[in-house]
Amino acid sequence: MDGLVRVPISEQEPKVRATNFEEVCLGYTEEEAVKEAGRCLNCKNPKCVGGCPVSINIPAFIHEVKERNFEKAYQIISESSALPAVCGRVCPQETQCEGQCIRGIKGEAVAIGKLERFVADWARENGVKPTPAAQKNGHKVAVIGSGPSGLTCAGDLAKLGYDVTIFEALQKAGGVLVYGIPEFRLPKDKVVAAEVENVKSLGVKLETNVIIGKSITIDELMEEEGFEAVFIGSGAGLPRFMGIPGEQANGVFSANEFLTRSNLMKAYEDSDTPISRGKKVVVVGGGNVAMDAARTALRLGAEVHVVYRRSEAELPARAEEVHHAKEEGIQFDLLQNPVEILTDDKGWVTGVRVIKMELGEPDESGRRRPVEVEGSEYNIDCDTVIMSLGTSPNPLISSTTEGLEVNRRGCIVAEEVDGETSKAAVYAGGDAVTGAATVILAMGAGKAAAKGIDAYFKHQ
Amino acid sequence: MYEIVRKEQLAANIFLMDVKAPRVTHSCLPGQFIIAIAEEDGERIPLTICDYDREKETVTIVFQPIGASTLRMSELNEGDSFHDFVGPLGQPSELCLEENLEETKKKNIVFVAGGVGTAPVYPQVKWLKEHGVDTTVIMGSRTKDLLFFVDEMEKVAGQLCVTTDDGSYGFHGMGTDQLQALVDAGQKFDHCVAIGPMIMMKFVCLLTKKLEIPTIVSMNPIMVDGTGMCGACRLVVGDEIKFACVDGPEFDGHLVDFDQAMARMQQYKTEEGRKKLAYEEGDTHHGGCGHCGGDK
Repeated sequence: MDGLVRVPISEQEPKVRATNFEEVCLGYTEEEAVKEAGRCLNCKNPKCVGGCPVSINIPAFIHEVKERNFEKAYQIISESSALPAVCGRVCPQETQCEGQCIRGIKGEAVAIGKLERFVADWARENGVKPTPAAQKNGHKVAVIGSGPSGLTCAGDLAKLGYDVTIFEALQKAGGVLVYGIPEFRLPKDKVVAAEVENVKSLGVKLETNVIIGKSITIDELMEEEGFEAVFIGSGAGLPRFMGIPGEQANGVFSANEFLTRSNLMKAYEDSDTPISRGKKVVVVGGGNVAMDAARTALRLGAEVHVVYRRSEAELPARAEEVHHAKEEGIQFDLLQNPVEILTDDKGWVTGVRVIKMELGEPDESGRRRPVEVEGSEYNIDCDTVIMSLGTSPNPLISSTTEGLEVNRRGCIVAEEVDGETSKAAVYAGGDAVTGAATVILAMGAGKAAAKGIDAYFKHQ
Repeated sequence: MYEIVRKEQLAANIFLMDVKAPRVTHSCLPGQFIIAIAEEDGERIPLTICDYDREKETVTIVFQPIGASTLRMSELNEGDSFHDFVGPLGQPSELCLEENLEETKKKNIVFVAGGVGTAPVYPQVKWLKEHGVDTTVIMGSRTKDLLFFVDEMEKVAGQLCVTTDDGSYGFHGMGTDQLQALVDAGQKFDHCVAIGPMIMMKFVCLLTKKLEIPTIVSMNPIMVDGTGMCGACRLVVGDEIKFACVDGPEFDGHLVDFDQAMARMQQYKTEEGRKKLAYEEGDTHHGGCGHCGGDK
């Protein structure tokens, strides 16, 4: 029995946390972390490392935790990851490192994510910083966007001695870590701002309020400001809507708008930016963003229903997020799809008309295709609808950069191994290339592009 | 930080500021907008660019305080700074692009500006004047005390008509009445640009549709990021959903669904009103707003 089960981790009680924006998971204590680290078998051929998009030397850092060498553990992680406190919190470890863990065959996988988080939090609390490059090489690189891919690419390049400047369109650095993921999953000041500071401590410069493609173009950055290479990590773009009647009504928001108001603009704290505090909210969609929107609406005082057209098994959100959402009292109306938003005569939402669905044959994604059940429509009363259906690429950069190839969906075309685009000295990665995906995949792409950019300079 | 190098009170409740913003003046053109944040964690306020000086690296904005955030902005003085100031955003006005100049020169253009809409009309008229195109400008307000930029506009417009709803200055009537009067007097226009409150743009469009004058309007819906991320500014134009921040802000006024756009403007009225009251009254607020519970 011993060793089969993880050391449990403390969380805020569901009923308590449903009314506040404090972090849900409280993290391991030193004793708990050391004990959990003791479960690692320190495999000779560690499968977990292969499951990590940024190839952290997982057994090595866990070994140091077991030995209570937390600073050493941090330095091992930061060789591979610029954002460990973020990744420890939001990576889908269950399908990556932990999904490969030998411990997981008979019992529970080692809590790699929670240990990573412990190490990163310990480092922050004890003032340990990543080590900057000993020598600058003088080459100027521009990084567009300060989200996960941009911060990773910038951090890796700075460690290699490059002179890196990040350009951020919004007023704060962090990209989706700041505007998208809520405080209760990823604290902004304590965790995100601190990780950004760590990247800056490597010598990376940061300029906010610059919209590449509008304030200045990529060609101008290279011709007028002396940047020799550029990494585009501008993220996902315009929110998608369903195209059903009533979608323009007052009270229908994209998840991006709802979350940006709450997270970036701090509307949940009663800042000057207003937010709609619905009484009954329907969130359409089943991804991580939908869970974030639903749990934010709940904390703002609403009864929340998630409407998703497939069944629970197909929910794209992380299992942990779904579990947390359910514990907090969010209701899942599965195998249903909106066909119309109902409104009153002044144009405000009064409900959603949905149709029941059943699962048919598998589609291109391998998931069973949802099919409408004829005549099964019914109405759900609500005053707010949040559409969380993904995004389509932002055209600001692709439309203003000559020679930059995009695919038929409007995503920038870039090589997976090194981020190379069709334009010389321009690299790209993250959601701008893949469409909406995860923080860690974007970080993996940022890392690959940093290597690609370094190779580009070496071969010149 | 973005320093305010000039501040003027143009009328009772209308302010002008020149703000140092080199990244914006590097590339901005008439028709585009900026987003300003007065202080840390403040609201993002979109404002159409009213003028710019590439040498001094300043952007001119004109605004009317209506909520807590714009009130806070109006209290900033010369030497103070905006916490954030970003742009240019949106598409430039098609009339003010060099590549369209030959076409533009063939047109008889009339601008109809209402209220604070005079501010975004000014750089377009000025740009056209500098490129040898004389235009007609109808600028109106409710009353004489709210008029601004009359002298400035006089210098750049080919023909200037000032109107007031109450007749306290210039033509007695609305911009639409003045336009009808000019057409009745035999003047011909084949392009109209209307900028002002949505209700005014709607009525200009109803008239110009009847007069068969193609009309461009500049939409100012609710926005958050202004960079094509949040979708708050979506509008129905023709049969399509458009985002004012990246597709606009200028659209074919005869295709815009104004009634829906105006309904959407009401979305945060209650919250905004509360925040403004709370800001104005501060600690002296003792209820009566119906929300804070102070009167219970």
